[in-house]
Amino acid sequence: MSKILVIAEHAEGKLNASVSKTLAAAAKIGGEVDVLVLAADGAAVAAQAAQLAGVTKVLVVNNAANTQALAALLAPQIVEVAKSGYTHLLFPGTTFGKDLAPRVAAKLDVQQVSDIMAVHGASSFDRPTYAGNAITTVEAPAGIVVATVRLASFTAVAQGGSAAVETLSISATLPGHTRFVKLEAQKSERPDLQSAARVVSGGRAMGSSDNFKIIYELADKIGAGVGASRAAVDSGYVPNDMQVGQTGKIIAPELYFAIGISGAIQHLAGIKDARTIVAINKDAEAPIFEVADFGLVADLFTAVPELSSKL
Amino acid sequence: MKALVSVKRVVDYNVRIQVKSDGSGVVTDGVKHSMNPFDEIAMEEAVRLREKGKITEIVAVSIGSEKSEETLRTALAFGADRAILIKEAGEVQPLTAAKALAAVFKKEGAQLFIAGKQAIDDDANQTGQMVASLLDIAQATFASRVDVDGGKAVVTREVDAGLETLEVDLPAVITADLRLNEPRYLKLPDIMKAKKKPLDTTTLGDLGVTAAAGIKTTKTSPPPSRSKGIVVKTVDELVAALKAKGLL
Ligand SMILES: Cc1cc2nc3c(=O)[nH]c(=O)nc-3n(C[C@H](O)[C@H](O)[C@H](O)COP(=O)(O)OP(=O)(O)OC[C@H]3O[C@@H](n4cnc5c(N)ncnc54)[C@H](O)[C@@H]3O)c2cc1C
Repeated sequence: MSKILVIAEHAEGKLNASVSKTLAAAAKIGGEVDVLVLAADGAAVAAQAAQLAGVTKVLVVNNAANTQALAALLAPQIVEVAKSGYTHLLFPGTTFGKDLAPRVAAKLDVQQVSDIMAVHGASSFDRPTYAGNAITTVEAPAGIVVATVRLASFTAVAQGGSAAVETLSISATLPGHTRFVKLEAQKSERPDLQSAARVVSGGRAMGSSDNFKIIYELADKIGAGVGASRAAVDSGYVPNDMQVGQTGKIIAPELYFAIGISGAIQHLAGIKDARTIVAINKDAEAPIFEVADFGLVADLFTAVPELSSKL
Repeated sequence: MKALVSVKRVVDYNVRIQVKSDGSGVVTDGVKHSMNPFDEIAMEEAVRLREKGKITEIVAVSIGSEKSEETLRTALAFGADRAILIKEAGEVQPLTAAKALAAVFKKEGAQLFIAGKQAIDDDANQTGQMVASLLDIAQATFASRVDVDGGKAVVTREVDAGLETLEVDLPAVITADLRLNEPRYLKLPDIMKAKKKPLDTTTLGDLGVTAAAGIKTTKTSPPPSRSKGIVVKTVDELVAALKAKGLL
């Protein structure tokens, strides 16, 4: 039977929403599922993890060195815990998991499966390649499976669990070559891009950060999160954490608005799981219309304010 | 101080990917290839660090068939001083690649390893982290700003929450994200000069690396296709259509 360890992502005492989606992938594999919380003081995070359905045990390692999630420091601790009989180590496919998982896999001398999007068996998974344009079915080699989970492919597990919480002490020595300096986080009252049911994104056509106002207005009208194309981020209209796409955030909202976005394959890679795509673009030939469920050929600077006013 | 930059030859990012009808992979024959875009950014960063006097030598390294020589010539045109091809005709998965790159890094006595954060073919996003892990050195992934000074690097990283800044001691691995820089346009004289720069060939065996057990791909399929939807003429029609579907 599989024995799965899910590595918890958290910040400021809050468990990240990515964990419950990673747990959904673990549930598909089946077996015992434990969650590992590495923190300065993990009690609050562990209590949240213990409430998630399907969790057998929450393991907590308290260490001041874990105040910030630094891959080089977390990896040796995970490797030590992994050696107590785990068959799978699952990491959320966020920048946290992507930074950390390979560091662990290399230490365990195993290849890593990135971005699992479907589970066929304990070692058989689907994962996307070529910006999601070729889906491969892969078989992990014998030994421990180290994988990241593509969050947009899984639905968060429910609450209602009551797992036991256990505190571990770790003997691994941690390196001193990496120091945290600062985090400039974007504070937003809007729904988080990666879990929002509705997302409105603006592209290069917005022309300035000022003009992005009409995107925020529409988003606020319908309670949506706000995203952007790479071109909009590169141009400095919005911060980097809003980029949607192959190399930005992969999202799966019920409703997605692509506004002034041409629909490059790298952008589409981020919205393949959106239930309904609405495109507003003045160019009827824009590739975004090939995938949009509803397309409106119009100048966004008139169409978007009009849309907001009618909602 | 020496920097090692790894570059990979991949299907060009503008190519529309075709999955073979027998599910055995994607069509790569007769398809335009180029340097992985993230590796171009890594190369550009190394050249800028040398221009600032932070590093003195840039060695570009690639793993692949002789076709990867082209990619290394591109790296040399960017400004690498020399290049190393680790010749391997078959598929090389990230852990094996990382072992080979770590071996070259040690052999060269480099202080900085710069790579793209992911290659746009397998989209694995693993190799840089694995190199750092195998060498037990610091890593700063997804970099959007790099400052190197006095045996340290201060790196700003693009993370889901925003921008994180780390300070790492050298030697270290840095992986490049999109906004680290805009790679220069290569000029003909640089391309000509690159032809004369040294390009050495080695193998996994020479480096003492045996391929780690690999992940087996049993099938490749195209993603589920999205059907083209409807085009509405007015905002009113759009609102009505979304309401009719219960989306608003
Ligand atoms: C390695 C790599 C990774 C990448 N990763 C990503 C990624 O993660 N995410 C991403 O988004 N991109 C990514 N890209 C970039 C991608 O290839 C495109 O360049 C980018 O998505 C284009 O952004 P855009 O659609 O906003 O801009 P454009 O392609 O310039 O499109 C602008 C659109 O706005 C329309 N428009 C202009 N004015 C108006 C108006 N007044 N009203 C209505 N419509 C108007 C135009 O008709 C056009 O269709 C990546 C590229 C590479 C090489």
